[in-house]
Amino acid sequence: MLARTGRRKPSTRSVWVVWIETAFEWVIRLCGISAILFVLGIFYFVFSKAAPIFFESEFSIAEFLFSTQWYPTSEVNVRYGVLALIVGTLSVTLLSMLIAVPFGLGAAIFVSEFCGPKLKESLKIVIELLAAIPSVVWGFIGLTVMKTIIEKTTGAEMGLNVLNGGIILALMSVPIIVSIGEDALKAVPDSYREAGIALGATRWQLVYRVLLPAAKTGLLAAVLLGVGRAIGETMAVLMATGHAVNIPGSLVDPVRTLTATIAAELGEAPEGANHYRVLFMVGVLLFTITFIINITADLVIRGIRRK
Amino acid sequence: MAFLDEPMKNAPRPSSPPAAGSDAMEDGIATRELNLWYAKFQALKSINTRIKKGVITSLIGPSGCGKTTLLRCFNRVNERYGYVTTKGEIKLLGKNIYDPDVSLIELRRSVGMVFQRPNPLPISIYENVIFGLRIHADGALRKSDCNDAVEKALQEVGLWRDLKDRLHDKAIGLQLEQQQKLCIARLLPLKPKIILMDEPCSALDVEGTRAIEELMFELKGHYTIVIVTHNMAQARRASDECIFMLMGELVEHCRTEQLFLAPKNPKTAEYIEGRYG
Repeated sequence: MLARTGRRKPSTRSVWVVWIETAFEWVIRLCGISAILFVLGIFYFVFSKAAPIFFESEFSIAEFLFSTQWYPTSEVNVRYGVLALIVGTLSVTLLSMLIAVPFGLGAAIFVSEFCGPKLKESLKIVIELLAAIPSVVWGFIGLTVMKTIIEKTTGAEMGLNVLNGGIILALMSVPIIVSIGEDALKAVPDSYREAGIALGATRWQLVYRVLLPAAKTGLLAAVLLGVGRAIGETMAVLMATGHAVNIPGSLVDPVRTLTATIAAELGEAPEGANHYRVLFMVGVLLFTITFIINITADLVIRGIRRK
Repeated sequence: MAFLDEPMKNAPRPSSPPAAGSDAMEDGIATRELNLWYAKFQALKSINTRIKKGVITSLIGPSGCGKTTLLRCFNRVNERYGYVTTKGEIKLLGKNIYDPDVSLIELRRSVGMVFQRPNPLPISIYENVIFGLRIHADGALRKSDCNDAVEKALQEVGLWRDLKDRLHDKAIGLQLEQQQKLCIARLLPLKPKIILMDEPCSALDVEGTRAIEELMFELKGHYTIVIVTHNMAQARRASDECIFMLMGELVEHCRTEQLFLAPKNPKTAEYIEGRYG
């Protein structure tokens, strides 16, 4: 700043330093903007692959959204209804969240408020390890261990079903919910805790009367990241849910999810064929679902903040 | 199980500051051979003192002398850190708070604390005031009782007129001075015997400080007040008795005027003259 104001007094800093700083500033700026570019780029790519399907006579958007008939490779009567897949995705996600949210938030509260410093450190390391397990390994566990357990305990004929997928997804989402939730609780100022303790609150009262209200936005973010993980997960659900196009009537019915369908069929669909385009359309649908969830979450969080 | 013998409902307040006497019950707080360590560091060394009931006692001394630590012993809030070791005895109104049968929850109900930075909870003004009642209630609270408690407490701290129309606003949005008054108000529905204040004015401006000091005068007599302060002028203005601490030791404890006008210990004299600190 000083250098700019007085021409007579030349800056003592060398031209190179100034140049390098400017260059860095631009690099950082580019990094910041790149997120937007990538999102737009991906959306454009997926949508442009999917768009031509709208002009095909054998495709109708109503059938796509509201029919349960998914016969993309039939030679006589091709039908592209993804309702069963949507229901499959939602049912597995819902079940996994019913398990993972109480479990994850409970664990986050324990790690943050109830356990000693040594146990806390080791728990955090183990939880991070849990988050690092590749999804195909989780799928493998579902396909073998969980399948046997479910067949033995529920008496179901087939252990690959909503229950299996839901449990596996829950196990995958819990570490995310725990670590983000723990961060949210850690961010609650210690002065709130002291206020509660000095008034004679027990640990539980402190948690549900002080910490949960204070950390609710962060905890909501933790849950939503868990939901995001569950909806987007592909490989584990492909292996654990049974992969049958079906609207589930019970927890032990097999289902198929949107993501698993894309993963399983895209390789076989000839590029540019209607099947190929419909799969991209499924991608657009997934994109839209996560987009809606994020926007809702954002609005909810803003609503909470304003209160 | 009530901590201080008396039933909590309608606990009678001491109506006037009792005359100084040697009877143990006349002491608000009495410590005997109190020692405290943070891990290996000894922060309090053999503190023996008697703080009178119903008056304002200030704790002064340079940073790190242990005055806040001593204050935080009186409601045992120090113990939330695992590395603190305490030895000795503290009697609050005749009862040793380190006895094994003492319930921390009941202790903290009868010993209120005000912190350096106002720390209202992130809930409404109304809920802040009855927070104590809620956590100590056996069952559900009657709405009318809550309303009464809120009105009474806010009137006592002089906030009722300003806040009565927006009791359900967030407490965080108040001015600092109002926040600190609210932090005092939320102690009152629990009818504490003792109020501990840890530099309650250090985040406030001159006006706020004056308001809190006036409030302390109003509350005096009903409550035994112990205040930690960095501000010697405040100790002089606002307290009846004064304790000077240095390096974890209690150097002098006497009437405030005497401590400032005729200190017995040369270290006290040097500190109040501003030679160190």
